[in-house]
Amino acid sequence: MSKSVCFYFQVHQPDRLRQFRFFDIGNDFHYFDDFANRTILHRVASRCYLPANNTLLEMIRRHKGAFKVAFSISGVAIEQFEKYAPEVIDSFKALADTGCVEFLSETSSHSLASLASEREFQKQVEEHASMMERLFGKKPVVFRNTELIYSDDIGEKVASMGYKVMLSEGAKHILGWKSPNFVYTNALNPRLKVLLRNFNLSDDIAFRFSDRGWADWPLDADKYALWLAESLKDSDIVNLFMDYETLGEHQKASTGIFEFIQALPDAVMRQGMDFCTPSEAADRYQPVAPLHVPYPISWADEERDTSAWLGNELQEEAYNKVYALEKSVLETKDDKLIKTYRMLQESDHFYYMCTKFFSDGSVHSYFNPYDTPYEAFINFMNVLSDFEIRVNEKIKENKQ
Amino acid sequence: MRVLMFGWEFPPHIAGGLGTACYGMTKGLAKNGVEVLFVMPSASGDEDQSAVRIINASDVAVYDTCCDVNDFLSKVRFLRVGSNLHPYIDPQEFTELVEREQRSQSSEFKFYFRQKYKFSGKYGANLMEEVARYAMVAGAIASQNDFDVIHAHDWLTYLAGIAAKRISGKPLVIHVHATEFDRGSNVNPEVFRLEKMGMEEADKVITVSNLTRNIVINKYGIDPSKVVTVHNAVDFSGRSSLSVSRGVPEKVITFLGRITFQKGPEYFIEAAAKVLKVCPNVRFVMAGSGDMMNRCIRQVAKLGIADRFHFTGFLKGDDVQKMFSLSDVYVMPSVSEPFGISPLEAMKSDVPTIISKQSGVAEVLKYAIKVDFWDIDALADAMFALLNYPAISKVAIENGREEVDNLKWDAAATRVKAVYESAINGK
Repeated sequence: MSKSVCFYFQVHQPDRLRQFRFFDIGNDFHYFDDFANRTILHRVASRCYLPANNTLLEMIRRHKGAFKVAFSISGVAIEQFEKYAPEVIDSFKALADTGCVEFLSETSSHSLASLASEREFQKQVEEHASMMERLFGKKPVVFRNTELIYSDDIGEKVASMGYKVMLSEGAKHILGWKSPNFVYTNALNPRLKVLLRNFNLSDDIAFRFSDRGWADWPLDADKYALWLAESLKDSDIVNLFMDYETLGEHQKASTGIFEFIQALPDAVMRQGMDFCTPSEAADRYQPVAPLHVPYPISWADEERDTSAWLGNELQEEAYNKVYALEKSVLETKDDKLIKTYRMLQESDHFYYMCTKFFSDGSVHSYFNPYDTPYEAFINFMNVLSDFEIRVNEKIKENKQ
Repeated sequence: MRVLMFGWEFPPHIAGGLGTACYGMTKGLAKNGVEVLFVMPSASGDEDQSAVRIINASDVAVYDTCCDVNDFLSKVRFLRVGSNLHPYIDPQEFTELVEREQRSQSSEFKFYFRQKYKFSGKYGANLMEEVARYAMVAGAIASQNDFDVIHAHDWLTYLAGIAAKRISGKPLVIHVHATEFDRGSNVNPEVFRLEKMGMEEADKVITVSNLTRNIVINKYGIDPSKVVTVHNAVDFSGRSSLSVSRGVPEKVITFLGRITFQKGPEYFIEAAAKVLKVCPNVRFVMAGSGDMMNRCIRQVAKLGIADRFHFTGFLKGDDVQKMFSLSDVYVMPSVSEPFGISPLEAMKSDVPTIISKQSGVAEVLKYAIKVDFWDIDALADAMFALLNYPAISKVAIENGREEVDNLKWDAAATRVKAVYESAINGK
C-alpha cells in the first residue's frame, strides 16, 4: 500500500477585546475592538486566505483529485468572515465543492471548554458541527480540539459524541521512542483513532521555511519530499498540521511559500507517496497501538501542554472565574449573553496573559494586542466583571 | 517681612505634592502679610502669580561681578556635585555624562554664567548638575534682591538656600517634605549628604509631621530645638464637582497612589481578600502605577479575587476626582508617609477614610480610622465596619469633612511665619 501525506490547516482569528477600563464596568456593553478585528481580518484575508485558497483550488484541479487537504475553521473565524469578508467563505465553498477537501469539527469558540466543562464543550462542538454542515454541506466526522489539546478523557468524550477520528500532537514526552507516523487509538475507547502531528516536518514549513540561519535554507519541494519519504520508510502516514496563516502571513509570499506548495504534490508523488484526508487515513491504515495520554497535551510551545493558556496564576484565575459563571449565564436564557460568554472563552484571551516570554515569545506576540500579560489580564477581568453584572441583572429581570 | 523662597514646581506644572503645598503655603503667607519671592527653574509664565512674584531661574543672567568664577566661589564656597551618583542612571548615560563632564569641567562656569542657562525643570538625568547650577543662580538672585529670610523646600533646593545664605547673610529655613528614608529602600548617600548639610546649615528646620521630625532628629542627628513641625494644610478652592455615572452596583473601596513599597499596597490586597470572604458584595480598586504593580496583580490573581479587585493604571486629570466620587471607602496603608495629602482629598469628597498610623497625616486627623499598616486584620475590620455599619461611616463622613475644612493654609502659614521670626531673631 502506498504511503500518505496528510495536510490539515487551522483557520482561526480571535475576537480581540477593546480597552475596557474600570470606569466602563457597568456602563458599557461593548467589549470588542471591531476596528482591529476587521483590519487584521482584511489583512490576513488578502495576504493568506484568498490567495492560498486560490492556489489550493488550482492545485486540486490540476491534479484531478490526487491532491487533498483538510481544514478546521473556528466558528469565531467563520463569523468574522461572514461579517467582514464573505468572499473568503465563498472561496472555501469552492474548495468544498471539489470533494478533495475535508472540513473538521472543533469547538465553535476556539475555547478551552474541553478542560473545564463537559456540557459547555459538547454544546460548542455541536454548534460548530452544524455550522460546518450548513456552509459546506457535510457533517464533519473528524474532530480537532482547540490547539490540538488532547487527553484520554477528552478523547473518550469526543468518541461518545460520535466521532471516529481525532487529531493531536505527536508530543515527544507522550510518544517516547514511538513514531507519530502511525494511526493510534484512544486508550479508553479503542474505536476512536488518533492522528498525531509530525512536528519536525510540520515546523520545517510553518516556522523554519524562511529562516536564512537554518542549515537547510532554502527549502525546495524536492528536498522536502525526500525528507517525507525518508520519514515514511518504515511507517504509514505523515501528518502535516499547521496554521493556515503559514501560507502568506507567517511566511510571506515573497519567501516563495506559494511556489513551494504548488510544486509539492508532484514532488511527493514522484517519491511514490499520495495525499489523503484525516478520515481517509483512518480508514486506510490499521491502528498500531493505544496511546496513553493521562494529562492534556497540545501543539503549543516547547512544553506541548496547556501551560500556554493555564501556566500562571493570572491565567488560572481568569479561567476559573470564566467557568464559574457557566451556570448563571445559561440560566439567563439570553442568546446574546450566551454568545458573548462563548466569545469570552476564546483561548486567545488566556494566551495573551502568558508570561513565558523567552522560548516562544515571538509566537505569543503575534497578533497580540497587549504590551504585557498584566494588561491583558486587567482588561479581561474588567470585561468579565461587567459581563457578570449583566448576567446578574438579566437573572433578576427574568425572576420578576 | 520678605522671604526668598526656593521651590521646584508650582501649579499648574506639578509632578508631585510639593508644588501643591508650595502654592497653598505662599497664598497663606501672603494673607499673613508676608511677601514671597519664589525662585524655581523653568517657570513657563502661566503660573498663578496672584500671591507671589515668581522669578524664573532660567531668566536670570548672572551679574558681571560674579563672572569671575574664583571670586564667586570664594563668596559662596560652592559644592561641586558630581552627577555620577544620580540614582536612576544606566551605564550608557553614565559614560556620556562623565565624558561631557570632563570636556566641560574647566569652562563650565564661565560658559554657563555668561548666558541664561535653560533649566529643564523636570527631574532628569542631569539632576545633580541642575541642583548645583540652581544653587549658583540662587547666589546671584540673593545678591540682587532684598529679603529678610530664606526658605528652601526639599533637598533639591537646599543647596540654593545655602548659597543664598552665604551671600546675603540672612537666616535660612529649610522645609522637609520628605527625607531620603521615605523614598525607597536604598538611601542614596549623595542625597542624604545634601539633606544633612541643608539641615545643619539651616537656622530652623520645618518638618511636615512629627513622624518626619523624628527622622530628622534621629537619622540626621539634628538638634531637636531647631526642628519645628508645621503640618500641611489643604486648599480646595477652585475645585468643581463632577457628576459620575456609577456602573458597579457594589460598594467600592479604593487605594489611590503610587504602587510602591512605601505605600503598602500588599496590605490592602491581603485585607481585601479577608473582607471578600465574608462579604462578596464589594469591589476593590487599586488606582495608580508603580514598580510593585505587576507583583500586586499576581497577588490578586493568586488570592482568586480578581473579579472583585480592579486595577486602573495611572489616573490622569479628572479621573482622580471621578475615582473619589465612585468610592465608598478610601484606604492609605502607607508603610512610611511624611504627610499624605490624598486622605484629605478623599474626606473632602465625603469618602470615609482609613489611614495607617505610620503616616504624618494621622497626627492631624481625628475622624479617619487609624490602623498599623501591617495589621491586616484591623484593616479588614475597619473596611467591613465602614461598609456595613452606616452609623460609623456617617460620623466619619460628616466630621471628616469639617475636619478637613479646618486644615487651612492660613493657620499653617501663621506658624511658618512664627518660625521665620524666631530665625530672624536668632532664637
